[in-house]
Amino acid sequence: MNYVIIGNSTAAVGCIEGIRAVDTKGKIVVISDEPHHTYGRPLISYMLLGKTDEEHMKYRPDDFYEKNKVDTILNTKVVSIDKDKKSVKLDNGKSVKYDKLLVATGSRPFVPPMEGLDKVEKSFNFMTLNDAKALEKAIDSNSNVLVIGAGLIGLKCVEGIVDKVKSVQVVDLANRILPSILDEKGSALVQKYLEDKKNIQFTLNDSVAEFTENTATLKSGKKIDFDVLVVAVGVRPNTELVSEIGGEVRKGIVVNTKSETSIPDIYAAGDCTVSHNIATDEDQIIAILPNAYLQGEAAGMNMAGEEKVFDNSVPMNAIGFFDYHIITAGAYTGDKYVVENGQEYKCLFTKDGYLNGFIMIGNVSKAGIYTALVRNKTPLSEVDFDLIKDSPQLMAMAKSYRDEKLGGAL
Amino acid sequence: MKKVWVNEEWCLGCHLCEYNCAYANSGIDDMVKALKGKTINPRIRIEEGDSINFAVQCRHCDDPICVKSCISGALSKTDGLITIDQSKCVGCYTCVMACPYGCIMPSEEGPMQKCELCTKNGCEPACVKGCPNNAIVYEER
Amino acid sequence: MREFVSPQNFVPSDFEVVRNSDRCIACRVCERQCANEVHWYDSDLGKMISDETKCVNCHRCVSLCPTRALKIVKNNDTYRPSANWTGPVIDQLIRQSGTGGALLSSMGNPEKYPIYWDKMLINASQVTNPSIDPLREPMETRVFLGKKPDAIERDENGKVINNLDPQLKLDVPVMFSAMSYGAISYNAHKSLAMAAKELGTYYNTGEGGLHKDFYQYGPNTIVQVASGRFGVYKDYLEAGAAIEIKIGQGAKPGIGGHLPGQKVTVDVSQTRMIPMGSDAISPAPHHDIYSIEDLRQLVFTLKEATAYKKPVIVKVAAVHNVAAIASGIARGGADIIVIDGFRGGTGAAPTRIRDSVGIPIELALASVDQRLRDEGIRNHISLVVGGSIRNSADIVKAIALGADAVYIGTAALIALGCHQCRNCHGGKCNWGIATQRADLVKRLNPEIGAQRLVNLVTAWNNEIKEIMGGMGINSIESLRGNRLMLRGIGLTEKELEILGIKHAGE
Repeated sequence: MNYVIIGNSTAAVGCIEGIRAVDTKGKIVVISDEPHHTYGRPLISYMLLGKTDEEHMKYRPDDFYEKNKVDTILNTKVVSIDKDKKSVKLDNGKSVKYDKLLVATGSRPFVPPMEGLDKVEKSFNFMTLNDAKALEKAIDSNSNVLVIGAGLIGLKCVEGIVDKVKSVQVVDLANRILPSILDEKGSALVQKYLEDKKNIQFTLNDSVAEFTENTATLKSGKKIDFDVLVVAVGVRPNTELVSEIGGEVRKGIVVNTKSETSIPDIYAAGDCTVSHNIATDEDQIIAILPNAYLQGEAAGMNMAGEEKVFDNSVPMNAIGFFDYHIITAGAYTGDKYVVENGQEYKCLFTKDGYLNGFIMIGNVSKAGIYTALVRNKTPLSEVDFDLIKDSPQLMAMAKSYRDEKLGGAL
Repeated sequence: MKKVWVNEEWCLGCHLCEYNCAYANSGIDDMVKALKGKTINPRIRIEEGDSINFAVQCRHCDDPICVKSCISGALSKTDGLITIDQSKCVGCYTCVMACPYGCIMPSEEGPMQKCELCTKNGCEPACVKGCPNNAIVYEER
Repeated sequence: MREFVSPQNFVPSDFEVVRNSDRCIACRVCERQCANEVHWYDSDLGKMISDETKCVNCHRCVSLCPTRALKIVKNNDTYRPSANWTGPVIDQLIRQSGTGGALLSSMGNPEKYPIYWDKMLINASQVTNPSIDPLREPMETRVFLGKKPDAIERDENGKVINNLDPQLKLDVPVMFSAMSYGAISYNAHKSLAMAAKELGTYYNTGEGGLHKDFYQYGPNTIVQVASGRFGVYKDYLEAGAAIEIKIGQGAKPGIGGHLPGQKVTVDVSQTRMIPMGSDAISPAPHHDIYSIEDLRQLVFTLKEATAYKKPVIVKVAAVHNVAAIASGIARGGADIIVIDGFRGGTGAAPTRIRDSVGIPIELALASVDQRLRDEGIRNHISLVVGGSIRNSADIVKAIALGADAVYIGTAALIALGCHQCRNCHGGKCNWGIATQRADLVKRLNPEIGAQRLVNLVTAWNNEIKEIMGGMGINSIESLRGNRLMLRGIGLTEKELEILGIKHAGE
């Protein structure tokens, strides 16, 4: 069996480990346009922060490919898939044949058309190791950095560089920061923390009308001078390889719970796909690392012939800034249970007898117990909600659950 | 694989397991030296209720969502044992978000810590050895 | 806030809690484990504090302290010394003057009466009648309790007629004596039941009935019928391997029992068949027994009720005329007689009774065995003794004095964790034994408890084999009543006469 994986990040690793759990013999080829050993992509901000380095960023040990008998074709882009001949064509003109193919192409930065952007010399995205390295080279303690985008990527970038530069300004079209994972209260808390703690200046509800080399003029008329620009407005999934050959794409590549695309023997996983969000019962791109791994793993096992279903995808995020931690999961609809205490904030969302989502800021200890309630769709009738809403704890779970999980009772 | 199993019927909530955990993981020979004057940060934690207590530590899940969620590859599973390479951990808290038992927590030094069944301490799990009532046992099940 | 005590009522605590602050890591295990609330953490001072006036010296904290930072010492606060008006005597006077009540105590008589076990020495073979190595040769410690026939009878074909009355088969010559569910906890009972099963011996329900969960241990259970008749009904009688009529117990001969209402929990009330929360009072006498003839009626009532399939035991305290009483019991139809010495334990007894009534088991045993032999009825009844059997040598001596087997109570409780604080009557046993408080009861895991009991009795049984081997005896049957194997030391002529042994050197 010939397995070919396009991509070399989380979904690809999940796929390799999924295949090898079932099939120790088949040939695996990984093709990536990046030159690096697989690395933890979200680590790039931590690298800038000094919490890790390129060596420690390796997502799997050095002998990972060897141990798993994986051939790598790095620094090489796949330009097309021939679904009839079952081969992929590389940018060096060669082709690689596959029996089962995984498309784990991830996403790319979305850079909206902004007048004069091409005049900005030091303009960066913040997606890849190379992006981070380039940014690191471009900044120094005198740099004034403008970051467009107050989402997860933009703000992690801010965390990574703020202590290395003179100033950081953040502009976002939205009226609050981290809108994809926080509610208004949470956004305000975190924004205030970042302003107070690191003097980061936010300009919200605004966007760039025009750039000159070192100045951004916003739609409101405000002018911001900068030395270095980071554009982190959003991402777009890399779906073209599949859409070009008629595979179903709706925003992302459409896959089922076995990570199969609409084309036989072609699977997809990770940020390039749409997942079914069980908290909202809607299909959406859930561009988070665990989702990529689990989809990749399911793809790998299914590619190798063992049925594996990944069907409890929910958005969930852990993000923190300077030891101020945020953990969220699920959807923010339903009845709210709110606890506020200074910089600590917790909001639980219950709906139809389930914990549908939560936001925890500050004290995030044992958050995974809430996450499990969301992911597993545990009926709240089976837990002591009065207890668990105070703090995540197994005491609130049914005794039978504890007996099984802690005591090994069958 | 041998694991630590919990029988809440016998847990007295004495918290000795927490102290023995902190001691075993301190790397210091003498318990007094290791723990005196310190607030312990054990990898096993007691949950206390009105009439029920039980200890919780890493369950070394068959399908470990923490390992699969770890952004840095610091968490890994070998022969059933889930360990953390603290040199790789950046403290992103994704494992805290993922662990259904609340069993991964930050260490004093920053990176996350978790129960590794005392495999790095050169002994059988100290929590079990010190449990006065066999409320936690280390065995194959 | 500390309770106020009037100066007239103040009695200094018996013990002091000594904490080595160099070693204390303030883990608060002592605090969490002390039901008497002796220890607490003072966050202002940042250290552990103790109030020794509440300490009963159960050693729970000492045993659990992970850094061995605790010890309990005797309080050396003293009154002006007097050999007569000693501290404890004065303390008791102060207490009674304050309360007007009878003093209450638990466990056995702790006073300085002679311990005859320690005044008897065991023989060993040298040269002639060589000793036996129990590791190489068979050594029998199995005992059958019950009436033995006077003679072997045969039918016309010469085949042996089974004229044997029901017997109890003990793989070891040790049984666990009567301790009621109520006086001790569910887990203590379960530990005893599990151990008895594992050891091939018996435990005894006491007069508290048999918890429904423990009917499964029936073949290793002796069910007791006492003056309160708690929990006695047909299924109960049928559940046990034998039925014991309790007339008296060594710790409090002549008086009944009193289980306070707060110990009568749902389970205890169901097991005893009395209303929840009501005091369970066992009368001093059985109100239907005023003579040996009455006793005989009850013995045969119980036999009749269980189709003559089970031995009936009669238990009495060792009192002055115990030999005559034993003779009456044998003639009353009982299969086994139990004599409980004055050091026998209890969950609660009036102090004066516990410490002043009854006689030593060693003397009682010797005189009962001799009396039954003299009357030619020793084979009609088996003889079991209890009341402070402390080790295997005590057992060997008891058997050599004429016992068939022994009961152990206090020793078994110590195996389960009891540290002899002797505050059972307080109901706050920190070791989960003499309590009904759920949080305390769970401190005794029966898996551990049963294993410890099995360890103890197994060790003793091996020691018994070794001692017997040393005497050149390979069966406990040959040791029974073999008083030649004992010599007295430091005993008077009269004591030697009663014990039926010679003095060392003779």
